[in-house]
Amino acid sequence: MDFLTIIQVLDSTVRLATPLLLACLAGLYSERAGIFDIGLEGKMLAAAFFSAAIAAMTGSVWLGLLAGIAASLVLSGVHGLASITFRGNQLISGVAINFLAAGMTVLIAQSWFKQGGRTPSLIGGGRFNPIELPFAETLSTFPILGPIYSELISGHSILVYVAFAAVPATWWLLYRTRFGLRLRAVGENPAAVDTAGVSVVGLRFAAVAICGVLCGIAGAYLATGLQAGFVKEMTAGRGFIALAALIFAKWRPWYALSACLLFGFLQAIALRYQNIDLGAFTVPVQVMDALPYILTVVILAGFVGKAVPPRAGGEPYVKER
Amino acid sequence: MEKMPAWADAVLVPLISLLLAAILSALVIIGIGEDPVAAVKLMVQGSLGSTYGWGYTLYYATNFMFTGLAVAVAFHARMFNIGGEGQAMLGGLGVAVVCLYMPWPHWSLALIFATLSSAVFGAAWAFLPAYLQAKRGSHIVITTIMFNFIAAALLNYLLVNVMRPKGSMDPATAKFPETTHLPTLHDILEPFGIAFSKAAPANVSLIVAIIACVAVYFLIWRTRLGYEIRAFGHSESGAKYAGISPVKITVVAMLISGGLAGMMAINNVMGEGERLIMNSTEGAGFIGIAVALMGRSHPFGVFLAAILFGFLYQGGAELALWTTIPRELIVVIQALVILFTGALDNMVRMPLEKLFLIFRKGDA
Repeated sequence: MDFLTIIQVLDSTVRLATPLLLACLAGLYSERAGIFDIGLEGKMLAAAFFSAAIAAMTGSVWLGLLAGIAASLVLSGVHGLASITFRGNQLISGVAINFLAAGMTVLIAQSWFKQGGRTPSLIGGGRFNPIELPFAETLSTFPILGPIYSELISGHSILVYVAFAAVPATWWLLYRTRFGLRLRAVGENPAAVDTAGVSVVGLRFAAVAICGVLCGIAGAYLATGLQAGFVKEMTAGRGFIALAALIFAKWRPWYALSACLLFGFLQAIALRYQNIDLGAFTVPVQVMDALPYILTVVILAGFVGKAVPPRAGGEPYVKER
Repeated sequence: MEKMPAWADAVLVPLISLLLAAILSALVIIGIGEDPVAAVKLMVQGSLGSTYGWGYTLYYATNFMFTGLAVAVAFHARMFNIGGEGQAMLGGLGVAVVCLYMPWPHWSLALIFATLSSAVFGAAWAFLPAYLQAKRGSHIVITTIMFNFIAAALLNYLLVNVMRPKGSMDPATAKFPETTHLPTLHDILEPFGIAFSKAAPANVSLIVAIIACVAVYFLIWRTRLGYEIRAFGHSESGAKYAGISPVKITVVAMLISGGLAGMMAINNVMGEGERLIMNSTEGAGFIGIAVALMGRSHPFGVFLAAILFGFLYQGGAELALWTTIPRELIVVIQALVILFTGALDNMVRMPLEKLFLIFRKGDA
C-alpha cells in the first residue's frame, strides 16, 4: 500500500466518520441527560430524506439542511413526549421512531417523486460541495505534508468541518458551562437537580432537541454531502454504529471522535477492499462489516475497560409529591 | 384501590391505542392522496376475501406468533429482546443444517428435529447477550441489537462462501430435499373435504405456533419457572429475597425467548422458502415487538395480534400490487402501534383512569 492509497483511505475514513460522529454526539447529549436514544437511525433517515427532497425541489442545499433538521426535531419531539412527558419506555419509543422514519420516508418519497422511494439526484446547488482550503493547490506539491493538507484536510464539505468542530464544542459545553453541568447531573441524579430548583423536564427536552439538531445535520450530510440524493434505507445501520461508538467512547466527546474515526476507518476499508489477504488467511468482508458491533459487545462485556452508562439513563423521572 | 377494572386494562387500552394508530394511518393515506376506505376494502378483500389471501395472512401470522411470543417471554422477565431478528436468522441456519445434511424419511420427523435445531440455534444466539446482562451488566437491548447485525454478517458469509451450491450465483443454500417439505394447509384440509388454496404458503407450522402459544401460557402462569420469571420481572430485589437467582432467570428467560424466535424458521425457511436465503426473516423479528406490546405479553393476546399483523402484512402487499401505496405503509402502521401501545401507553391510560374514577364516584 503506497502513500497515496493510505491518504485516499484516510480521506474516505473522514467522510464516512462524519455522519457517525454527528449522530454519536447527538446520542451523547441525549444519553448524558438520561434519555436513551436508539432512534438515532430513524432521525438520521428522516433528515436525509427531507433534506434531499427540499434541496431537490428548491435547488438550495441550505434550505434542505433546515428541512432535515426540522424533520429530525419533530421525531425528537415525539421521543421527548413519549419518554419525558408520558414517562413511557424510551427504548420502545426509539424502536417506534426508527420504523416510523423507515416507513414514512419511502411513503412520502413515492408520493412526491414517484421514483420508487427515492429522490431525484441532486445537482449543483442542491449538494454540499467540497471546500478548498486556502493554498491547497500550491501546497500539494510539498512532499508528505502537501498531500495530507490538500487531499485529507482540505476538500471536504462544510458539514465535515462542522462535525469535527462539534467535538471541542461539545466538550466545552458539557464540562465548562453551567448548562453542561446540569445536563450531566440530570442524567446521573435528576432528583438532586430538581431539589436545586432546576427543571428536569426542561433540561431533558433541551438535550433531546440538541440531539435532534445533530441527527438532522448527520442525515442531511448523508443525502446531500456524502451522496447525491435519498435512497430507501440509506442510513444502513449508521445510527446503530453511532450508538456503538457512543458506548465505545464511554459517553465522552473526545473518545467519541476516536471511536467514530475507528469505525469510519473500518467502513472505508470494507468499501475499498472486499476480502483482505493477510497471507496465511483472508479476512472476509463480512468480518469488517461486523467488527464495530463485535467490538462494542466486547467493550460492553467489560473485558476492555468498563463502559458505565449515565446512572439515571432510561428511567423516567417522577417528582415526589 | 385499583383505578381501572382488569378488563379495561387488558382490552380497552390496547383497543384505543389501536384506534389511534388506525386514525393516524388513515390520515397518512389521505396525506399521500389515496382513499383510506378504498384501501381498507382492498386490504380486507386481499387478505381475508379468499383462501389464497387467508393462506398468506396465516403464513405471516405464524411468523409473528413465534417472534411475538419471544418478545413477550422476555417482557415478563422485564427484558427487552430486540434480537428476535438475529435469533430467527440463526434459527434458519439451524433448520438448513438439519434439512440439508441429514437424510429424512418423512417430513414429520424432519419437522420435529428442525424445530429443535432452530430453537437451539436461536437460543444459542440469545445466550451471550443474556449471560453478559446477567453476569456483567451489559445492557441487553444494546447487545441484542449488535447481535442482529453480527447475525446478518455471519449469514451473509455462510451463504456466500460456505453453503452456496457450486455454480450458483445466488447467495442461498440448495433446495431442501423433497422429504422435508412441509404440508400446506391445502394438504392438511383436503382430506376433510375443505378446499383451500394450493398456492398459499400457510403450512403445518401454524399448528406448531398455536401449540407454542399454549405452552407459553402454561409456562408463564402454571409452572414454578414461570412464576419465578414473573416475580423477577415485577421486582428484582423481591425475587432475590425470595431466593430466586437473577442470573438463572435472566439466562433461562432469554434462552426461551431466543428459542421461540428461532423456531420461526420452520415456517419461513422450511415451510415457505424450502431453502435458506438472505434476509429470509423480512423483519418479522421486529414485528414481534409490536405483536407482544399489542397482545399485552399474553399468549392469547399475541395470537390475536399476530393474526392482525398477518392481515396487515398481506393486505399491505395487495395494496402495493393494485395501488400506488408502497408496502412501507405497513411499517408506518407497525411504528404507530408500537408507539401508542408501547411508548405512549400512559397517554391513553391516564385519561382513561380518570374517567373510571369519575364514574366510580358517581356510583358511590
